[in-house]
Amino acid sequence: MSAHRTPEQIQQDAASRLEQILQREEPLKPKERMAIPVQEMPSQDPQIRRANMEEVAVGYFPEQAKLESMRCLQCKTAPCIKGCPVGIDIPGFLAAAAEGNFQSAIAIIKQSSLLPQVCGRVCPQETQCQELCTVGKSLKDVNQAVSIGRVERYVADWEREHGAQPPSVKPPSGRRVAVVGSGPASITVAADVRREGHDVTIFEAFHKPGGVLLYGIPEFRLPKAIVKKEIESLQAMGVEIKTNFVIGRTRKLLDLMAKDGYDAIFIGTGAGLPKFMNIEGENLVGVFSANEYLTRSNLMRAYDRERAETPIFKSKKVAVLGGGNVAMDSARTAVRLGAEEVHLVYRRTEVEMPARVEEVGHAKEEGVIFHLLENAKRILGNEYGLVTGMECVRYELGEPDASGRRRPVEIKGSEFVIEVDTVIVAIGNESNPLIRQTTPGLDVNKWGNITVNDDGRTSLPGVFAGGDIVLGAATVILAMGEGRRAAASINKMLAGK
Amino acid sequence: MHKIILKKQLSADVYMLKVYAPLIAEERSPGQFIILQLDSDFGERIPLTIADADTEQGTITLIFQVVGKTTIRLAALNEGEVIANLVGPLGKPTHIEKFGHVVCVGGGIGVAPLHSIVQGMKKAGNRITVIMGARNKELLILEDEMRALADELILCTDDGSYGRKGLVTAPLKELCEQTPPPDLAVAIGPPIMMKFCAETTRPYKVHTMVSLNTIMVDGTGMCGGCRVTVGDETKFVCVDGPEFDGHLVDFDNMMQRLKSYKSQEQQAPHPCKLDQQIENKNQ
Repeated sequence: MSAHRTPEQIQQDAASRLEQILQREEPLKPKERMAIPVQEMPSQDPQIRRANMEEVAVGYFPEQAKLESMRCLQCKTAPCIKGCPVGIDIPGFLAAAAEGNFQSAIAIIKQSSLLPQVCGRVCPQETQCQELCTVGKSLKDVNQAVSIGRVERYVADWEREHGAQPPSVKPPSGRRVAVVGSGPASITVAADVRREGHDVTIFEAFHKPGGVLLYGIPEFRLPKAIVKKEIESLQAMGVEIKTNFVIGRTRKLLDLMAKDGYDAIFIGTGAGLPKFMNIEGENLVGVFSANEYLTRSNLMRAYDRERAETPIFKSKKVAVLGGGNVAMDSARTAVRLGAEEVHLVYRRTEVEMPARVEEVGHAKEEGVIFHLLENAKRILGNEYGLVTGMECVRYELGEPDASGRRRPVEIKGSEFVIEVDTVIVAIGNESNPLIRQTTPGLDVNKWGNITVNDDGRTSLPGVFAGGDIVLGAATVILAMGEGRRAAASINKMLAGK
Repeated sequence: MHKIILKKQLSADVYMLKVYAPLIAEERSPGQFIILQLDSDFGERIPLTIADADTEQGTITLIFQVVGKTTIRLAALNEGEVIANLVGPLGKPTHIEKFGHVVCVGGGIGVAPLHSIVQGMKKAGNRITVIMGARNKELLILEDEMRALADELILCTDDGSYGRKGLVTAPLKELCEQTPPPDLAVAIGPPIMMKFCAETTRPYKVHTMVSLNTIMVDGTGMCGGCRVTVGDETKFVCVDGPEFDGHLVDFDNMMQRLKSYKSQEQQAPHPCKLDQQIENKNQ
């Protein structure tokens, strides 16, 4: 592993390189653009950050944002845009950023995306925009693509630091829209619908709004101050937020229209029901869903052991099951909470891991031990019901399965035991049954996800849905894209009324 | 914000609060619970059963025992003060219908959630026998309320200071031995009491419903911290329960899980009395 470069070193390199370029008279040729090295994301030293909750990636310096933007070839065909679920004009904002016109860069992004500070941090760019980037393709390495997400984050942060203006709102329409949940899909719908002058109320089950951005994604990857700003921006637009309000329990979904006078409802409750492995020993003390572990640490702030009243398990040796971002978040949280050893157990190889490459890299730098092509078979406990170990079995890759990934096949007789006191299950989420159980007539598929048409309409009139409750567990940007689509059809419906 | 309208101390460390929560009062059914939190930033979220509700006043009644940090702070709040966060009603309502003869067994603080179930069962036309138990006379709560509802009321104390001396399982066994046996038993109290009630009724095949109070964070199915083993399945108390078939619940596993944070909480200034309660087999 290469030595950690300090932010100061990174900035110096970028500044001198930029100066050389700016001294030139003639514009950069494509080859010269591609010759600019990918700008490394400055980050906290792994040895230091292992013991704190602060953001790991500290963000580009302005020189880096400009240099990285100059790497864009401004392809006429702009393949990157096709890779973006919300279709941001990527070459457009990069051209502005390359000129140092960050205000105009962020304005271009905001035409299509509502949460650039969030998406710049958590989008899996290497499988979206950056995967299709011509620079990456020419250099035959997706990691050499233009770092679109990092520049997006830079200009979004730049705007926040320079005082972002909340979007303007049209005069009151007299229509009212209820938004259920307050995660990325719901935030998007609330803003887009409110802009048209409709009254919007967000109903959130937890005591604080933000959904997965708050309870799921850790502070070291997405500072909560950013989520808070996004919520405050909604409130500044006049969106009302009711916390501690469980639709399906505190109020039935359809009562929102029948009794409370809402004209439309958007359901964006996410995929909030943790999946377990269904193996022996899974209810032992010391086995947690990633949801529980992360919620305790993030929303309930259990990492702050001095002040928080919510306890979190004190672990010495932790095994995390799974290979997605949630698994990485759990493993890295366990490191920060003081575990001596953190093992990540994944039954395929690193290539198939759904986690962002950056998070995998960060986890390794922080000392998480990767067990690839292995899986848990059962969890072992003692007479007090406490976890003492986990029996694993080795796998090899066989033929590709339906997802196109090579199917992992168990190697018979390869069982072995690792000694752990904690097991965190991060193998995904299913849809929460609360709303479907309490809303007759709401159609769902066999996995319990709400079925919608192309406009985000559900089987019930006036009721729309989007995000993970429709998609199954997916990403922030896809949830946002769904939200945009549903908001457009809500606005269309209300305009026609 | 939820204002405390009325506060009453029911026994040494059991309190009753009437809290303004009109939406919850309107929607709640017997068997359901709420989760509350006293400080939005660092407070913990704890589940408490709804003992009663008044839709005209817009209040719900909470009865709780002082067992840890949050309940100590809750007991220190006075009338007119507010509870920062209160969410509910959570959990599935009790399945109430006319069963015939229903025996309702309440131990310690379990009498509180039992109260609204007895109300519902009575209203549905059942004949109700209530068995209430506590360590001593001082710790018996809601005696008058239960007496008003029950067709028959049997009181038990461990020390014999009031009612029958002994455990609630003794009169429960006698009732099971009658012909015909009760049509349904409902047992709510410390896990160990529910376990032994279920063991008492098992040989008589009297269906026995128990209401579980486990560790929870969100209360809406999101965290799975409340999971229990019921038969061969894992169930979430918050969305699949809180009521389950007592003959299928793995109480030993549940009691172990309740002690998940024991070592950590012992380092806290207030020892958790729930642990004592779990271990106190005499309750």
